[in-house]
Amino acid sequence: MLLSAAVAIAERRSGRLGDKYYAGRSHIVLERSLIAFKSSTWVVIVTGFVEPVLYLLSFGYGVGKFIGSIDSGTGRMVSYAAFIAPGLLATSAMNGAIYDSTWNVFFKLRESRLYHAMLATSLGPLDVALGEIAWALLRGLIYAIGFMAVVAPLGLIPSWWGILAIPAAVLIAFGFASIGMAITSYFTSFQQMSLVNIVLLPMFLFSGSFYPLTVFPGWVQGMIKALPLSQAIQLVRGLTLGAINVGLLSHVLYFLVMIACGLFITTRRLDALFMR
Amino acid sequence: MSENLIEVKGLTKKYGDFVAVNGIDFHVRKSESFGFLGPNGAGKSTTMRILAATSRRTSGQVSVLGKDPEIYGPQIRAHLGVVPQEGNLDVQLTVTENLYIYGRYFGLSSKFIRSKIDDLLEFAQLVDKRDVKVEALSGGMKRRLIIARSLVSEPDILILDEPTTGLDPQARHILWDRLFRLKEDGMTLLITTHYMDEAEQLCDRLIVMDKGSIMSEGSPADLIKKYSTKEVLEVRFGSNRNADMAPTLQNLCDRIEVLPDRILLYAEDAEAVLEDIIGAGHHPNTSLVRRSSLEDVFLRLTGRSLIE
Ligand SMILES: Nc1ncnc2c1ncn2[C@@H]1O[C@H](COP(=O)(O)OP(=O)(O)OP(=O)(O)O)[C@@H](O)[C@H]1O
Ligand SMILES: [Mg+2]
Repeated sequence: MLLSAAVAIAERRSGRLGDKYYAGRSHIVLERSLIAFKSSTWVVIVTGFVEPVLYLLSFGYGVGKFIGSIDSGTGRMVSYAAFIAPGLLATSAMNGAIYDSTWNVFFKLRESRLYHAMLATSLGPLDVALGEIAWALLRGLIYAIGFMAVVAPLGLIPSWWGILAIPAAVLIAFGFASIGMAITSYFTSFQQMSLVNIVLLPMFLFSGSFYPLTVFPGWVQGMIKALPLSQAIQLVRGLTLGAINVGLLSHVLYFLVMIACGLFITTRRLDALFMR
Repeated sequence: MSENLIEVKGLTKKYGDFVAVNGIDFHVRKSESFGFLGPNGAGKSTTMRILAATSRRTSGQVSVLGKDPEIYGPQIRAHLGVVPQEGNLDVQLTVTENLYIYGRYFGLSSKFIRSKIDDLLEFAQLVDKRDVKVEALSGGMKRRLIIARSLVSEPDILILDEPTTGLDPQARHILWDRLFRLKEDGMTLLITTHYMDEAEQLCDRLIVMDKGSIMSEGSPADLIKKYSTKEVLEVRFGSNRNADMAPTLQNLCDRIEVLPDRILLYAEDAEAVLEDIIGAGHHPNTSLVRRSSLEDVFLRLTGRSLIE
């Protein structure tokens, strides 16, 4: 039998570790997102970018006018807008990643059956998962750069370390996206998706975007600090305000563990999802 | 020519406790056109998904092109073109983009795919819709696009799950013609369908499934010979009287089937049966003599009519 091009390509990976799950083409899944993005998701991207900026303008400069400066948590006083900017960056990284890995993934999994189409080809489930997460990260990166491009000229990033807030935002997005995808794999209806919001909204309100956690009693502070969004905010705020210490590495480690757990669960769930 | 591309032994698939496919055996030869017939829920799609390496079996042996689809998923899928029962076009993309990206999933180069797109659009009769979003296509157009899409990777085996559902008669005939040519070029076809004329036209061999088991297997002509008579007489006495008339007519023919709207009388010479009926003083509202078809085989094997 004459080998078709598709077969020759698939055979190249034959015998390699994980060839059952991974065909080495997650970039094609990313390519698909880019094509789709060109035409339809502009609105979502723009919203993702505008939202934190609107929060910043209304709270940072509106509420900020009454507050003046605030203790950044390291004993240094900073303007209220500079205090909340990193919180908003971390939050938008989370929101973007969660949106992509829950709503979008759910839609492609259950409604449009896009993943079924992909997996009818010689792609493997891991190609799909990695490609989709890569897209969430790329968007996270674009959001972060856009946000920084607005806030840095306003003087809200006092330290040069602040540049690292961009990769930090991508790390945060990676953590949330991989966990989000793992969770979405258990959902069977759109209604269940609102559970995600029930968890996210209080986390957003209480994780210290808008005020220092010192307003809470000690034991509550401890609990909140363990939450992923709070970890994210501490990391980004430390960078933008230049409060560099070993503690920041613990936040990085926190997200690395989160990514590992998320990918582990997602990969294990892929079979259940795609090979029913 | 007797090379078996697909071999299935004792294939069983359970969803929880429910047995969807119950220990079936069959094989498909190269360049053969192989059909699956059966009522809703018979397990046809489930079987096809397992062959297409997109579903895990519970037990049994499956070999596609000499390999186990559960172990060599991506490698086997590289040989296949799949038209699923449920549409799964990329609704965010245009017609052309759908063809393009699907080829890319197989790892094919942009250049290679672009050289094929015009032919595929032609095949799907969607040349003038090439830059239209898939959402804006009619149901039949979507179906044609899915079929064209399955060919982008030049598959050796084409798996078609109810390919012509939703197509108008003209599009169906065009598709039959194209499938026939693909088969002549050496492609192996697996087809499920609820259209008996389609099965008779397209399939060299077929299996009739019901409740997860194979009821029978053979060529359309063999099956008709085995399970039906040469001719059939269809008579209608009106829906209230059909059932009452059945006992009287039973002795006039080889076999009788009473459907809600009509009675089917199986005989070698149906014309003669009709004469007997009229001779006995019964006057059906309408009567029709026809040759036996797969429809009758299906009815006999599954106890169900397709046109209910
Ligand atoms: N993912 C699933 N989970 C649970 N049960 C399933 C699943 N898929 C199919 N089934 C069940 O398995 C049986 C066979 O389904 P299948 O789709 O194979 O039937 P089919 O022969 O293709 O029918 P149709 O002609 O309606 O397409 C049905 O009873 C169906 O309810
Ligand atoms: Mg089916």
